Amino acid sequence: MKPFEHAVDVTGLCKRFDGKAVVDNLTMQVRRGEVFGFLGPNGSGKTTTIRMMCGLLTPDGGAGHTLGYDILRESWAIKREVGYMTQRFSLYEDLTIRENLDFVARIYQMDRRKNRVDASLEQLGLADRQNQLAGSLSGGWKQRLALASCMLHEPRLLLLDEPTAGVDPKARRDFWEEIHKLAASGITVLVSTHYMDEAERCHRLGYIAYGKLMAQGTPRELVANSGFSTWHVAGEGINELAERLQDKTGVDRVTRFGHELHVSGGDVEALNQAIEPYLSAPGLTWEFGEPQLEDLFIHLMGKARDNFAGGGQ
Amino acid sequence: MTSFSLERLFAIIRKEFIQMRRDRLTFAMMVGIPLMQLVLFGFAINGDPKHLPTVIVTHEQSPFARSVVQKLANSGYFNVVSTQAGDREAQEMLALGQVQFAVTIPADFSWRLLRGERAQLLLEADATDPSATGNAIAAIQQMTGSLLDHDLKGALAWLSPAQPAVELVIHRRYNPEGLSQYNIVPGLMGVVLTMTMIMSTALGLTREVERGTMENLLATPVHPLEVMVGKIVPCILVGLISTVLILTAAKWLFAVPFVGNVALLICAVLVFIATNLVVGITISSVARNQMQALQMSFFFFLPSMLLSGFMFPFRGMPQWAQYIGEILPLTHFMRISRGVMLKGNNLLEIWPSLWPLLLFMTVIMAIGLKRFRRTLD
Ligand SMILES: Nc1ncnc2c1ncn2[C@@H]1O[C@H](COP(=O)(O)OP(=O)(O)O)[C@@H](O)[C@H]1O
Ligand SMILES: [Mg+2]
Repeated sequence: MKPFEHAVDVTGLCKRFDGKAVVDNLTMQVRRGEVFGFLGPNGSGKTTTIRMMCGLLTPDGGAGHTLGYDILRESWAIKREVGYMTQRFSLYEDLTIRENLDFVARIYQMDRRKNRVDASLEQLGLADRQNQLAGSLSGGWKQRLALASCMLHEPRLLLLDEPTAGVDPKARRDFWEEIHKLAASGITVLVSTHYMDEAERCHRLGYIAYGKLMAQGTPRELVANSGFSTWHVAGEGINELAERLQDKTGVDRVTRFGHELHVSGGDVEALNQAIEPYLSAPGLTWEFGEPQLEDLFIHLMGKARDNFAGGGQ
Repeated sequence: MTSFSLERLFAIIRKEFIQMRRDRLTFAMMVGIPLMQLVLFGFAINGDPKHLPTVIVTHEQSPFARSVVQKLANSGYFNVVSTQAGDREAQEMLALGQVQFAVTIPADFSWRLLRGERAQLLLEADATDPSATGNAIAAIQQMTGSLLDHDLKGALAWLSPAQPAVELVIHRRYNPEGLSQYNIVPGLMGVVLTMTMIMSTALGLTREVERGTMENLLATPVHPLEVMVGKIVPCILVGLISTVLILTAAKWLFAVPFVGNVALLICAVLVFIATNLVVGITISSVARNQMQALQMSFFFFLPSMLLSGFMFPFRGMPQWAQYIGEILPLTHFMRISRGVMLKGNNLLEIWPSLWPLLLFMTVIMAIGLKRFRRTLD
């Protein structure tokens, strides 16, 4: 065990596939004991980044440490102490629940194997179904089994790659409860997701788009540092309003949330000027609110796309 | 770096056996294919075709010649389609496969017999399919001894010599090796091992990649060599079972003689199994999914089957095909297994075929280990 400051500390990570930069100069820190949310749209490079953090992929550039171990030279040590839950269910579907856990315990050369597997089954609530094939479980149960299996060797860091994708809302809630319980017991957790609502459940966040880390910090910091302002407007005729505001200078993003419209911009002065003519329009109620994370992320994604397109020219 | 661990290796072997037991289809393939091929080829071996079309070229009209024709027809193996053909015509009929045999009765047949000399009878056989001609040739060989006993009785009895009066000259055409029925079983063993060993490793490893379980496995402290060996050991066991199955069947069902040393053959089988497993691993390191692995396996298997001397006699193949054949492991194994089983070859005698196998294995293993992914790159 090595002393370390951050559970994950990577600088300037780069990875390219077929000449395309999938992860581009990514610098990120995950603090000890926190639940870190790794957000970004599909294909933005989350899985690739996580694989590099646990030594499954060799970065083309950059350096870093996971649990104090060098990701380039000490990947074998990282693998011992990290629990990695892959995006896709990757336990053996043709082995039973018990056989899967037992196999993992053997691979990690655990002592008191039987006791540990029994305890894990008990905790999972699958003790009476232990001889069922893993492939016959529902999505939510598979997710829980996968989590239990990567917790079996008592890792100090959990890397969870979109653990809640395709899981029903109730199971998702339970899953997050579980994650927070684990964090409370001192385990550092990095969760990737593309569900915005899950962002609010994390201590700190990193947002990646097109392989670039666009922002990092607590949800509050992200909003505060973005220099991003949002007006919430409700009432009649917001559909027409949305269309009119769309192309105004100073308005970066117009997003519909049910009966509400969120009008956001990076420059408060310009934004206020843009909406000035409509502030006193009848039937509309305006409210200057905090931008939601979702507004912010959509804004960041747009910004990344613009950069990406610009850089390509 | 983590060191190789027997405990983890055992965990993987154990998992493989559980999966093998559950995966009925693969298991059926591994045991079923050898059995099926054995039965199929077994029928071919046991086949005793009769009434094979035969052309007789008679250069003389004599009671002796007529007697020969009569006896041939009576044996049941020969169906005399013509006795009027000339030499050229008979050759053509053989070449076109219209007849299986051409029997030539030379012009001096009766003359020699009457002078008490040995008369020659020429039997030309289309031996491309030796299992078809083997029994017929055996029958005519037996017959020549007594072929003319009946005709040389009475007044001519003093002509009946101590040794058979007729000498049978056999030309096996198109098949200089005279590939006999016994050749098939030792060869079959090689074919079955090639097919099942390559496919089971290539598919076994790509299946892990395809199902995503390899990512999980590589994220654990497992050593790539442990994964590889763990996959191979169960396959070797299955390969040995197939071998024993075939050898037993060869002995008890088809009475194929086994004159050589069993232990030596088993050692050669192990080398051959290892060679094929290495090919399988290399295929799996290139293939992206199970379908590709299957295609590549067949890409290797087909030339092995066709150019190794199993399907066609090796020396009957064109030069370029022989060059390719010399590279294939099956060719060399076929020579070893035939040599040990049928000719009783010892280690020194099979060495010329053993070292190419070892060389092939070493080269492919170097490629495979280099390509085998330790990471997901
Ligand atoms: N092994 C690979 N070979 C080629 N391209 C890849 C590979 N892995 C990922 N990619 C590409 O990299 C991009 C980012 O993928 P990924 O890291 O899986 O994103 P995310 O997990 O955020 O959805 C995608 O465009 C994907 O097609
Ligand atoms: Mg992903």
